[in-house]
Amino acid sequence: MSEECELKYTDFKSDLSVRWCAGCGDHAILNAVQKAMANLKVEPHNVAVISGIGCSSRFPYYMNTYGFHTIHGRASAVASGVKVANPNLKVWQITGDGDALAIGGNHFIHLIRRNIDINVILFNNQIYGLTKGQYSPTSKRGFISKTSPYGTVEDPFRPGELTLGARGQFFARTIDKEIKLSIEVMEEAARHKGTSIVEVLQNCVIYNDKTHEAITDKKYKADRTIILQHGEKMIFGVDNDKGLVMDGMDIKTVTIGQDGYTLDDILVHDAYTHHGAMHRKLSNMDFPELPVALGVIRSVKDNVYDVSVEQQLVDVQAKTSITTFEEMVNSGDVWEVE
Amino acid sequence: MMGRSSKVIERDEVVVRFSGDSGDGMQLTGTLFSNTSAVFGNDISTFPDYPAEIRAPQGTIGGVSGFQVHFGHSEVFTPGDYADVLVAMNPAALKANAKWVKHGGTIIIDVDAFDAKNLEKAGYKTDDPITEDKLGDYHIIKAPITNLTKESLKDMGLDNKSILRSKNMYALGLVYWLFNRPMEHTTNYIKKKFAKNPLIVEANLKVLREGYNYGVIIQAVTPSYHINPAAIAKGKYRNINGNIATAWGLIAASKKANLELFLGSYPITPATEILQELSLRKDMGVKVFQAEDEIAGICTAIGASFAGDLAVTSTSGPGLALKGEAIGLAVIAELPLVIVNVQRGGPSTGLPTKTEQSDLMQALYGRNGESPCVVMAASSPINCFEYAFYAAKIAVEHMTPVILLTDGFLANGTQTWKIPDLADYPEIKAKRVAPEDEATWMPYQRDPETYVRSWVKVGTPGLMHRIGGLEKDEKTGGVSYDGENHERMVKYREAKIKYIENNIPEQDILGEPESDLLVVGWGGTFGHLFTAVEELSEEGVHVALAHFNYINPLPKNAHAVLKRYKKILVCELNLGQFANYLRMNYPDIQYRQFNKMQGLPFSVVELKEQFKKLLEE
Repeated sequence: MSEECELKYTDFKSDLSVRWCAGCGDHAILNAVQKAMANLKVEPHNVAVISGIGCSSRFPYYMNTYGFHTIHGRASAVASGVKVANPNLKVWQITGDGDALAIGGNHFIHLIRRNIDINVILFNNQIYGLTKGQYSPTSKRGFISKTSPYGTVEDPFRPGELTLGARGQFFARTIDKEIKLSIEVMEEAARHKGTSIVEVLQNCVIYNDKTHEAITDKKYKADRTIILQHGEKMIFGVDNDKGLVMDGMDIKTVTIGQDGYTLDDILVHDAYTHHGAMHRKLSNMDFPELPVALGVIRSVKDNVYDVSVEQQLVDVQAKTSITTFEEMVNSGDVWEVE
Repeated sequence: MMGRSSKVIERDEVVVRFSGDSGDGMQLTGTLFSNTSAVFGNDISTFPDYPAEIRAPQGTIGGVSGFQVHFGHSEVFTPGDYADVLVAMNPAALKANAKWVKHGGTIIIDVDAFDAKNLEKAGYKTDDPITEDKLGDYHIIKAPITNLTKESLKDMGLDNKSILRSKNMYALGLVYWLFNRPMEHTTNYIKKKFAKNPLIVEANLKVLREGYNYGVIIQAVTPSYHINPAAIAKGKYRNINGNIATAWGLIAASKKANLELFLGSYPITPATEILQELSLRKDMGVKVFQAEDEIAGICTAIGASFAGDLAVTSTSGPGLALKGEAIGLAVIAELPLVIVNVQRGGPSTGLPTKTEQSDLMQALYGRNGESPCVVMAASSPINCFEYAFYAAKIAVEHMTPVILLTDGFLANGTQTWKIPDLADYPEIKAKRVAPEDEATWMPYQRDPETYVRSWVKVGTPGLMHRIGGLEKDEKTGGVSYDGENHERMVKYREAKIKYIENNIPEQDILGEPESDLLVVGWGGTFGHLFTAVEELSEEGVHVALAHFNYINPLPKNAHAVLKRYKKILVCELNLGQFANYLRMNYPDIQYRQFNKMQGLPFSVVELKEQFKKLLEE
């Protein structure tokens, strides 16, 4: 990668006018990504933004970087090819709950399993927006939509759980309108070596308005979400008096100073531990039982596919006696006719 | 070698077929024999014929694995229709292959395997398969191969399984005697292959020698064959099959283009060997991505192409179907990409290990929208190298996906290959943005003559741009829903492919150009068609042959060539896909068809018959 340089977020804006609906959560996410990229100081020409199909997948057109709006579900695969071909590039993948978790589910889990150094921004609005309102693989059981007029009879994927199940080493969550948190999380995702999944709870103003409102609304947010920070106590609430503790195998919410709980009892977040059990519990926390976890839930160093591919080339080439095409075709069973 | 007292048959060419249970090691036996013949100086062509099951029930016809080699004093173009010599390691092998032996040929059987149980499994109704199959006129060598192998190895301390595994070497030794071949090549191979297990080396070499000596013992009653070496051009040679040749052709192209080679692929018979060979070639800097499925195979390749690599995906028919949407993406994005499709019998899973030419229409039209791409076909195991090279050259220089069709017959068949000098191959030059044009450059600006846009590698400063699967503005590449722009883009993409006819060779006519009959073929049937035409020519029957390697676009002179002939017979291993393609392109011409769909190549005999019949009409 080229040297770091001073960049403004406007350096990442293309001259195309943005064509998402007014009030769509995508606008805020675009803003956050551009600001995160400026902070990361990677020049726009070394950035590739790859998307699949869906509302969010129009994203690359609005970025003044290299961009590829591919086909439905396949962004993970195309992005993998870009990164493996040129590991010096910073590769971002923009995808939605349908693109990544339904039609592209296979590529999504294998990207994570391989741990290719790609930053995936997963817009989760629990609906198919571009096709105008059908339920998605993250829609809750019973969700009513055009293709589930009597309610769905299936349970949703939880992106965090799926990521961890696929051996994911980085998972974070943020909310579209929380731009400051989004920037922080995206920067950390980008600095993480390996596949990083950032789930953004995004609002589809037309087909699934206020789907996350129960937790994202200003009135409730402090009590219904918790921002996790590595090494910090898991405390939340308007008055910062609530905390998370273990209760047998489960996590529960307590109020500090009540029922005999003190600050010392509250769990400390360890995002860097290899053990996934706690990360899974944290990523699965849901309203109303528990606060929804935001911030970086898991960030673990591991082997990175694209790095290993390069290393293997170096290792083999250091040992081989075959270095040219001519040597290759003349190796093995060859005879000469005089 | 010892002197011979038996009758020696002088021949220009001979076909040998090895057959046995799929665990009997017939592929290895056949390969060792072929390589020995090639090193001896014969031209060779081979073809393996094996079941889809890794180990079908032992002793049954379904489990028979065969390997045929044709070698000769002059050039050979096919593995041969009928065998002069058949090795049958059990009754099922005899039952399945007796019909492929020339009348009066030699059949070596392992008589120990012909017990009541095996005879029954093979479907024989009596205990005399020779009479039952009417093989009385054939020269049958009943060798007790199993027992002699056991006897030979009994004191070596090997387990029974290892002993039985060596019996193919006994058979091979016997065949070496039959053709008076040196065993040095095989000896060296065994020593190298089992270097870590000296006991196995010793056992195999012992059995090989004793097989040869068995021939010496029976020679008084058995004729042997003598085939002189071919008159071959000076140079270095090796044997190579179509899949390896394809892989190497792609590597050659990456060297000539000065581009990193990237393969995104998923294992599928009979294309897997391309993936395996390129995985091995880290010494050549090849990056291989074994994807989670066929779609990811091509999509990673498309990503790599966007990033600036020479990108390839390899597959067979069902995989090509899965890749269809992504090929369309490469068509509209106008990125270079090579798609190698090693055809097999279809539809669906069909006949995975058998050859067919039934993916032509899929390659030409199997996508949504007006989605033209280059379609070309290799026509011999060794020219897979050349056509893989040119597929890559066309893809890079014309910014288009290219589908290269080979087939199971070419992929697994081997021929003797004169090792090429890369210096004899042309440069591959991508269209790049010149520094002085950077300020005004637009992503979908085209060369006015070729309609080719520039290829900008991701990472190039100052030329950031966005591409995608949505229709784009004809200059800027920005999304455009304008109907007139769309129509122009559809036509540009079509014209870009059509222009390539200027950069490919004209269609030539082989055989006897002055004839009433033109035989038309394409792809993997070349060897059989050409041999049939040549043999007829020797018999004084004149037939012309136009064998196509470039299908979209067709060579510029294709229509003129076809127009010259009174009768045209299009021969292909499908229901007539190329014939229909020609009817569509050149409707003013009458086409007759000869088609075969048995998972096998044409036989020269059946082709000659057809040609003669048509000439007499």
